[in-house]
Amino acid sequence: MDFFDRFAIPHPSPAIYASMVAIGLTMIAVLAGLTYFKKWGYLWREWLTTVDHKRIGIMYLISALLMLFRGGVDAIMLRAQLATPDAKLLDAQHYNEIFSTHGVVMILFMAMPFIMALMNFVVPLQIGARDVAFPRLNALSFWLFFMGAMLFNISFVIGGSPDAGWTSYFPLAGNEFSESVGTNYYMIAIQIAGIGTLMTGINFMTTILKMRAPGMTLMKMPMFTWSSLVANVIIVFAFPVLTVALAMGTMDRLFGTNFFTTDNGGMDMLWANLFWVWGHPEVYILILPAFGIYSEIISTFARRNLYGYKSMVFSMVIIAGYSFLVWAHHFFTMGQGALTNSIFSITTMAIAVPTGVKIFNWLFTLWKGKIEITTPMLYAILFIPLFTIGGVTGVMLAMSAADYQYHNTMFLVAHFHNVIIPGVVFAMLAGLTYYWPKMFGFMLNEKLGKWAAWLLSIGFLLAFMPMYITGLDGQARRMYTYSESTGYGPLNMVSFIGALIMAVGFAVIVYNIYYSIRYASRDISADPWDARTLEWATHTPVPEYNFAVVPQVNSIEAYWDSKKKGQVLFKDKYEKIHMPNSSGVPFIMGCIFFAWGFSFVFGLWVPLILTTIGIFVCMALRSFEKDHGHYISVEEVEETETKLRGAK
Amino acid sequence: MKIDNSLPLEYSTEENRLKILGFWIFLGAEIMLFGTLFASYFTLVDRTAGGPDGAEIFKITPVLIETIVLLTSSFTIGLAIHAMRLGKKKAMLAFLGVTLLLGAGFLGVEIYEFVHYVHEGAGIQTSAFTSILLTTLGTHGAHVTLGFFWGLFILLQVKKRGLTPETANKSFIFSLYWHFLDVVWIFIFSFIYLKGMM
Repeated sequence: MDFFDRFAIPHPSPAIYASMVAIGLTMIAVLAGLTYFKKWGYLWREWLTTVDHKRIGIMYLISALLMLFRGGVDAIMLRAQLATPDAKLLDAQHYNEIFSTHGVVMILFMAMPFIMALMNFVVPLQIGARDVAFPRLNALSFWLFFMGAMLFNISFVIGGSPDAGWTSYFPLAGNEFSESVGTNYYMIAIQIAGIGTLMTGINFMTTILKMRAPGMTLMKMPMFTWSSLVANVIIVFAFPVLTVALAMGTMDRLFGTNFFTTDNGGMDMLWANLFWVWGHPEVYILILPAFGIYSEIISTFARRNLYGYKSMVFSMVIIAGYSFLVWAHHFFTMGQGALTNSIFSITTMAIAVPTGVKIFNWLFTLWKGKIEITTPMLYAILFIPLFTIGGVTGVMLAMSAADYQYHNTMFLVAHFHNVIIPGVVFAMLAGLTYYWPKMFGFMLNEKLGKWAAWLLSIGFLLAFMPMYITGLDGQARRMYTYSESTGYGPLNMVSFIGALIMAVGFAVIVYNIYYSIRYASRDISADPWDARTLEWATHTPVPEYNFAVVPQVNSIEAYWDSKKKGQVLFKDKYEKIHMPNSSGVPFIMGCIFFAWGFSFVFGLWVPLILTTIGIFVCMALRSFEKDHGHYISVEEVEETETKLRGAK
Repeated sequence: MKIDNSLPLEYSTEENRLKILGFWIFLGAEIMLFGTLFASYFTLVDRTAGGPDGAEIFKITPVLIETIVLLTSSFTIGLAIHAMRLGKKKAMLAFLGVTLLLGAGFLGVEIYEFVHYVHEGAGIQTSAFTSILLTTLGTHGAHVTLGFFWGLFILLQVKKRGLTPETANKSFIFSLYWHFLDVVWIFIFSFIYLKGMM
């Protein structure tokens, strides 16, 4: 029995046991359902083994929505606990676990895959390519991310959740203060997902640099593709830092090394530095593609070309550069001295300049445009003022002297939710609505979509504006309760109500998806929004090969110009099309990585060695494999094209 | 597969060109990886916590042997790629084989070196300095080990399938990787060993 004791939850509660049962039942239901409806073959052929960027994008999307649910439930629990003074809903340990997993899940397993979803689906279409540069690697990236996320999520029912915050600062995250395996989960699950993300970065950089349609020079790329390129450059240069930091943290916890320990020469601040050298660029990896989405949506629905294309591009490149030069602003109070703090204050404030340029460019795009308020546009219009509030409080936080007042208070929590929710989450929801018809062949209901946008915005304001006030008043973050005499009670209750309204907003989105699946018209054109870029130039649903003929581009808004000025996009005749083969190896490797991570978390050395060998065997097999892909013949292309054109 | 004969074999198809660019980007990520390790090394180098420091445990002989062996292997992989471009399969295989043997020799000396450190009381748990020293060296060593097997697989493939656009591409990318490990070693040699022994 001793062997099994390690899998027990160190700090159980009825809610955890209930979720354990729920997880078990859901898994049985899924497996039974797949067997009953005989969907195993379909699932394996069409999804688990796919290397098609569009399907991988949709799998990222589903994962992101699931993780949004998980992180959202965490958020509601946190706000419910804080809604009243001296509440007993959660104890300190559970509160610690929940805010830690809320942060990790929302940033790494919700926002990141949401961005990957849109990037995967949209970028190859937007540049007129037939897939990404390395389709098999792309599938592996997805499965590593997915298995990392799953590994992280089982922590609360097997062995215990991480409880040292999403930043997992040492020495708190060391063995001495975090005795359960929770932080091992943190280190290893993020490591696995992070390797997947790094591969995505390499893949998309190569794709965007090398696979653009003829005529599409760098300065003729659509803005979302530009933002993706810049974000992927940041990924390639930031994620290796995380890899090293997590490896060191893992070794400290499992092999007794002394990187971040408090004795034997270890230096806990090294973790904080390495974490934020990755962590700050990470927030720009999230926000730049979001900016790209807004740029597409705003110019589409203002019916104008994007104002200041070049300044948009340069501001993103400048933001990307600065993103590596500001990390110390996350710990101004931790004693690096006035000179260092001043330098990082200045670099941080400087980021506001290129960001401001972008805000003004969007406003000038709207200026005198024929604005049409659709759901995606509504999100974009709400984004501008709400995000600007977050940006301004960011500049407040950037002042290192004043930061001694703000540090570790609810003011900071309000600030970063203020940039992430209207910035990233709204963009992803706008992108979801905008690209939904291209992905699934029908549109989401506009009325429900707008309801959701308003509910989310009002809920957001109610949930986070009070935190600015209580934060300035001294309410610390990560404290599981407070006494009535502090007077924080009423404002925290307002926050809780705001969180509930946001939950209703998300429920409306889910209902909208259900409603639209049932009732929305399937008879839509390939370009339902009257949009401007290449992804709308192909059919809906998008055929496997994306474009029957590679488009030829000679302007920034090639598709718009082909509609309005009669430029011809598709000049060539049909030719046979080379496509990559599906493969089960990425999925299998993902599964082995899951087992590897699980063994690592619990220090099960024999399975760890076996799974390590398994991973290398997969790589060796790949090296010897002869895989030249397959061709789609001209007749097949003709047949598909006629069918898709007829379907309209 | 469209083959462009005006270019060297390893660049001759679109897929090959994508792979070479992708690998260069990967090397960019690797530079960040080793850069982070070096930055951490410089941060922790003086934190010996009463344990041995670099001057006490570094021995010049094994380090020099490692350096010479690895630098020579970088030269031989260059010769292998040169032979490949001339279409001389046998010479290419011979130089690739010599490269891998030198790589294995390097690893042998490095293992000896690690055993020596542990004997001197500089295990991975001793101090922050030994932790980062052995991790940095170990990461490089792990890369060489992976490269050894990767190179071996390529050698077998070239032997069996001949010099095709595909095998040439793999060999070329492998040579980039191998040269990169050499560059990293030059930094390790200068900034860890020489600086530590001064």
